[in-house]
Amino acid sequence: MGISVPALMGQLLIGLINGSFYALLSLGLAVIFGLLNIINFTHGAQYMVGAFVAWFLLNKLGLGYWWALLLVPVVLAVFGVVIERLMLKHLYKLDHLYGLLLTFGLALILEGVFTHQFGSAGLPYSMPEKLMGGYNLGFMFLPTYRAWVIVASLVICLGTWFLIERTKLGSYLRAATENAPLVQAFGVNVPRMVTLTYAFGVGLAGLAGVFAAPIYQVSPQMGSSLIIVVFAVVVIGGMGSIMGSIVTGFGLGVIEGLTKYFYPEASNTVIFVIMAIVLMVRPQGLFGQR
Amino acid sequence: MATESRTDPKGADAVSTLAARDEVAEARYHRVGFIVLFALLVVAPFVLYPVFLMKALCFALFACAFNLLLGFGGLLSFGHAMFLGMAGYVSAHAAKVWGAPPELAILAGTATATLLGVVAGFIAIRRQGIYFAMITLALAQMVFFFCLQAPFTGGEDGIQGVPRGVLFGVIPLTQSFAMYYTVLAIFAIGFFLIYRIIHSPFGQVLKAIRDNEPRAVSLGYRTERYKLAAFVMSAALAGLAGATKAIVFQLASLTDVHWGMSGEVVLMALVGGMGTVFGPVAGAFILVAMESYLTELSAWVTVVQGAIFVACVLAFRRGVIGELEAFLRRRRNRN
Repeated sequence: MGISVPALMGQLLIGLINGSFYALLSLGLAVIFGLLNIINFTHGAQYMVGAFVAWFLLNKLGLGYWWALLLVPVVLAVFGVVIERLMLKHLYKLDHLYGLLLTFGLALILEGVFTHQFGSAGLPYSMPEKLMGGYNLGFMFLPTYRAWVIVASLVICLGTWFLIERTKLGSYLRAATENAPLVQAFGVNVPRMVTLTYAFGVGLAGLAGVFAAPIYQVSPQMGSSLIIVVFAVVVIGGMGSIMGSIVTGFGLGVIEGLTKYFYPEASNTVIFVIMAIVLMVRPQGLFGQR
Repeated sequence: MATESRTDPKGADAVSTLAARDEVAEARYHRVGFIVLFALLVVAPFVLYPVFLMKALCFALFACAFNLLLGFGGLLSFGHAMFLGMAGYVSAHAAKVWGAPPELAILAGTATATLLGVVAGFIAIRRQGIYFAMITLALAQMVFFFCLQAPFTGGEDGIQGVPRGVLFGVIPLTQSFAMYYTVLAIFAIGFFLIYRIIHSPFGQVLKAIRDNEPRAVSLGYRTERYKLAAFVMSAALAGLAGATKAIVFQLASLTDVHWGMSGEVVLMALVGGMGTVFGPVAGAFILVAMESYLTELSAWVTVVQGAIFVACVLAFRRGVIGELEAFLRRRRNRN
């Protein structure tokens, strides 16, 4: 079989882009799950809202991409605080499944409202001028924006990893994940930490939405199909480790890209197949602990 | 449980008489419930639109099958649409392309869902709780993509114009009354089967696993096998509902394998009351009625569904029938 290098590289690049989103979103899910014991089904919808807020800032307020990068995570984080304070905090003593059901309901509400308002067709979001164009690498053409997304999300992922694994704040967080009442007994305000953690995770989802806006169409459905794949990524990686989420996210994106080149029919399902295989061989996930 | 009664015979006796009284009262309540439910369903087509009733009955069976797994096995599947939808496709294909009579088409659909249940269950029961939900959701998404791409499903169009056929070679199902009572019979069979399963020794073990799995393991039960068996039964009955639905509406489409459908059945069980016998039936009727009122406002249906989810989880976790049962129990204990 002849291999066309530009086409292969093109798919690899798309794989890395998708991988960036898988990594950013599964990272947020893992951080939230670690402390709140809730799987945030709204994550995909919050990513979608992030893209819409960016679109809104540009088209209604005239604030461009760079403003969006700054403002959208803040807006989404505030939104996260409201959800956590109003709803999620009542669920911590209940079965974990209720958190899943509640956030699923929230996702339906958000998706429905945006579909009603904007229809199912996507809205275009124009790329910032500085990131237009690209580099000719000889064997392929590398669009600047895509390179930027990959590098930026990598930096954010590693930054989050550093924050959680290497700073004092992160050590509180990890301790509270292990044993919240004990950390609270030491005088740490755990409920506030829980709220801020949720806000942080939601902010990450919003940021991913801004990254996605110029690449994909901004549409109400952009989050729901993505979040299911991210769930599979989370199952494959196991939610025990931050670095595990990052590696699994990028790795699966690349595998998906390669599948798109070598066997396109399976590109939609390859991650689910890998999930099934991992569950057979190592049920706790690649980086999970029992 | 046996050891406890030996250590404290008096207290255990008192508890067991109370439990026995409760059980008798519950059996009576169920008997009354059955009679009322089926009496209503027999006369319903003379009052209400049969197509609405048939849709509600198919969803009621689907929700009961789902509830068997969640309410009694404690396993939240977020991918039950795969059984409903896949069975629908096979049943529609069998009736339309192979020219199978309706009973065989429905059987073929159910058998496919059962097989799919064995495979999906084998993979999914390796994890519990939240992971179980995510895994079933992912597997269902895989089935969705399969249905989107496979040639026999007709892609976006689905399989349309499925003939209803002649049941057992004598009853033409094109008449809506014949079709309605067939659906009612199928629903009744499925419903009683589920009732028998949850009140059998198998069902008792299942409930024990739901309440405390490590303890069930320590008592020597191979819990994996019980969970797999419950999963397969639930899948088969969900498949029965899907296969019947395809014949009734002469259509199998992507809607039935979409994740939205998996969410809808969770909502039906939640609204009606998870882990109750009649809850899913009530939930299915409530939601199907709501959707037929809101059909013109399609985007709002999702919003309303989402709002019901949120409201139920925050304030109404027992559901309609669950609240009713709690009320009856309170009144009985006062007397």
